[in-house]
Amino acid sequence: MNENRSVITLAHVTKQFGDVAAVNDVSFQVQKGELFALLGPNGAGKSTTIKMLTTLLKPTSGSLTLAGHDVTKAQDKARRSFGIVFQDPSVDAELTAYENMELHAVFYGLSRKAARPRIEELLTLVELWNRRDTPVKSFSGGMKRRLEIARGLLHHPHVLFLDEPTLGLDTQTRNLLWDYVKRMSQSEGMTVFFTTHYLEEAEAVADRIGIIDHGKLIALGSTKELTRQTKTKTLEEAYLALTGKTVRDEEVSGKEAWRERHRARAMR
Amino acid sequence: MSVIYILWLRQVKRFFRAKSRMIGAVGQPLLFLLALGYGLGSVYQRAGQGNYLEFLVPGIMAQTVLFSAMFYGAMIMFDKQFGFLKETLVAPVSRTKIMLGGALGGATTAVIQGLLVFVISLAIGFRPDHWPAVIATVIILSLLAIAIACFSSGIGSFVEDMQGFQAINQFLVFPLYFLSGALYPLEHVPTWLRIVAEFNPMSYAVDAMRDTLIGQTRFGLVKDFIVLLATVLVLVAFGAYRFRHIEA
Repeated sequence: MNENRSVITLAHVTKQFGDVAAVNDVSFQVQKGELFALLGPNGAGKSTTIKMLTTLLKPTSGSLTLAGHDVTKAQDKARRSFGIVFQDPSVDAELTAYENMELHAVFYGLSRKAARPRIEELLTLVELWNRRDTPVKSFSGGMKRRLEIARGLLHHPHVLFLDEPTLGLDTQTRNLLWDYVKRMSQSEGMTVFFTTHYLEEAEAVADRIGIIDHGKLIALGSTKELTRQTKTKTLEEAYLALTGKTVRDEEVSGKEAWRERHRARAMR
Repeated sequence: MSVIYILWLRQVKRFFRAKSRMIGAVGQPLLFLLALGYGLGSVYQRAGQGNYLEFLVPGIMAQTVLFSAMFYGAMIMFDKQFGFLKETLVAPVSRTKIMLGGALGGATTAVIQGLLVFVISLAIGFRPDHWPAVIATVIILSLLAIAIACFSSGIGSFVEDMQGFQAINQFLVFPLYFLSGALYPLEHVPTWLRIVAEFNPMSYAVDAMRDTLIGQTRFGLVKDFIVLLATVLVLVAFGAYRFRHIEA
């Protein structure tokens, strides 16, 4: 593989929480324009990896590069090069869809003149342009996710991170969502890095798949390569062959547990 | 448009869209003003101190700004809880600008509430000594609001949840308020209380407001301003420092 075409590079990345290594000496690369899925059981290290790649966590050791920028040393340049859709909503529900987009445009240094047509283009793409002046709190889960995708694409990122983007969405919305993402990836040569628990989704969308377990990268390749390697038929079978069938209990941190409780209360 | 401006605008927009917040924020100080002003007014007058309501109005305005600007930290809790904080933390902008934009927005809404209390006071008969001096009052309120909003941002940065924030908030805000001379003159209090009040920056804000509104001062406007400015500087630095270590 050509070194210059790799947009995401992890080299011997380790993240230690106390004496537990959430991510343990992980190295891999993702190429420009690739749709890459990172799979793994709960607590395997997926979220920690995304957090390190998106500057929310610092690695204990090793190096991460995004679009040629060292994530820990050139933080702002690295930040400019990616967009992200978090697992949980991160829009301001009190503001309108357009205001959320405008805020993002200012954060990423887009001029008002450049931002307006781009916001219109993206909100039209995700079919929210006629709802642009509605406060986001009245949006459904699927609409919020679409808005977040539009927002993540606003500043023409080289890489789009999607952390379980289709969790809790119906089949129609999931289909639509991958449709946008693939279209944007093709039209802008953008790399997509996502995690999911829906293996059929990874199989259908991803060019290449990395499987992480207990903080270690245990497999890397296309669906074809992974099924051949494990002598199985589907990605799901290959995945289970690699990670075993025991159920993992995710260790929810105190902070996360609290947030979940409150979110549940707020939903009621 | 700059990052500070858009984050300021965000707070102001959110404030004007939440009518209940405005009512709640003015309701409490109004209760203090009416209950204490009319309840203790006759006692105060009989003690030979003059009009208590007049004495109380600057203190209640300062209280409104103090409580409301402290509440800004709760907005950071909401941003943590509802995820918006993550959007700001992955953005290529300095943490200090994020802190300042939000805190200035929170300070602005606090000053608006303080002025609402002023307007209500006018309606019940309060009159400032010199109308032009009211400009100075607004400046003092703004400085107080900026200091407290930055302070609460700093606290909001490291507190994990709303319950924790409320506990710390109550623990700080009530002593700052009750030990500041907002409700009573500091001339005749026991020495320990006077010393505590003299170490409380809030006392100087209240004193400066009383000076500009009704011409009564204990420390003198110059000293008030110096203490207030120093407080602003320290608390802006505190807020910026704590916010740099915030985690989503």
